[in-house]
Amino acid sequence: MEVLLGITGKDYTIIAASKAAMRGATILKASDDKTRALNKHSLMAFSGEAGDTVQFAEYIQANIQLYSMRNDTNLGPGAVASFVRGELAKALRSRKPYTVNLMLGGWDPITEKPSLYWADYLASLAKLPYAAHGYAQYYCLSILDKHHHPDIDFEQGMKILRMCTDELKRRLPIDFKGVFVKVVTKDGIREIKYEDDMPVKSA
Amino acid sequence: MSRRYDSRTTIFSPEGRLYQVEYALEAISHAGTALGILAQDGIVLAAERKVTSKLLEQDTSAEKLYILNDNMICAVAGMTADANILINYARQAAQRYLLTYNEDIPCEQLVRRLCDLKQGYTQHGGLRPFGVSFIYAGYDPQRQFQLYQSNPSGNYGGWKATSVGANNASAQSLLKQDYKEECDLKEACGLAVKVLSKTMDSTKLSSEKIEFATVGRTKAGKVYHHLWGADEIDALLKEHDLAKKGEETAENVG
Repeated sequence: MEVLLGITGKDYTIIAASKAAMRGATILKASDDKTRALNKHSLMAFSGEAGDTVQFAEYIQANIQLYSMRNDTNLGPGAVASFVRGELAKALRSRKPYTVNLMLGGWDPITEKPSLYWADYLASLAKLPYAAHGYAQYYCLSILDKHHHPDIDFEQGMKILRMCTDELKRRLPIDFKGVFVKVVTKDGIREIKYEDDMPVKSA
Repeated sequence: MSRRYDSRTTIFSPEGRLYQVEYALEAISHAGTALGILAQDGIVLAAERKVTSKLLEQDTSAEKLYILNDNMICAVAGMTADANILINYARQAAQRYLLTYNEDIPCEQLVRRLCDLKQGYTQHGGLRPFGVSFIYAGYDPQRQFQLYQSNPSGNYGGWKATSVGANNASAQSLLKQDYKEECDLKEACGLAVKVLSKTMDSTKLSSEKIEFATVGRTKAGKVYHHLWGADEIDALLKEHDLAKKGEETAENVG
């Protein structure tokens, strides 16, 4: 029941990831951050098999940082996504595949455009205006289909995100303990304070 | 004196020199001239093709200008056989980058990859360094049009206009005199033929003796590189009044 959501707008990409770390039916932690910053303008959110996720994310993070150090320049979000997909595809065909689903939020300083990439553990990669992973897809994609436009401003984006998280709270049978929300803009990555404790009335 | 130190590339002489590297540089200074000029909207590379014999089959393709990648070309001065190894290496490196990142390799990174290989041969035992200098012309979205030069030691640098090979000192000073920073590609081509005509031994130029290539961008913003055909080179020479005069009559006599 892990939740990953991504929404792009006019000049930003919002990434939301649930805070619950679960093992079976037990919640082990209610403040688990399922994201890693790869470089100034790339943020990766991940879900999947417990050990694999952080291992893979930090492996990618280290390699993207190594690129920045060696070449005195950051990889753009598109190049990051292709690199990540390549590593996942390589792992998939080895004896030890990573079972990790990913969302990559980025802002390209050259084209000056936000971007969102969706990738799953079978190494499919798609560039999308908005995306979700896991059960959240069933509840949120219809909301996003209805309300999303490519040029929405940040406040509108957050409003749509609120509609999504409310719906998830209403319908998911297990509490995912709210979400961490991060946004990527031209100024880099920053965390957004997000109110998780508001009660949501069920139908 | 130098005999004791110059048989191995990897050993410094008492004066702190690497003779094999210097010999390689010397070999290049006898090769045909190549030059590159950076303009606002593109880059031009030009090279002198040494015609060794009338009987030699004239290669229709370029022998001193090569395509490295969709966004990059280079000019060679020195041993063509050595250059082929390096060009093959560069093309592979560029394609590997494209496979990994789904983007063209940034120009400086490709230059550095080649220079790392060249440097290796000045340090690791017993082998001869590559006897080639390159001039690279390329485009990437981060740093736009770029012109680089590298030599057998593995050093490289970015330039606005530069030359390698025979008479490169005089070519360089001509470029320094006449280069204008805000020139466009057309003006740069003009400067390139002018400099070549002054530095080459033969006073009369023709498409058989020089090679030309340009890198630029289309109106839609797509990067292109173009190795010029003989007719295009002749047209340029004619425009700048450097073409061989009375070509037809000379041909009849020959």
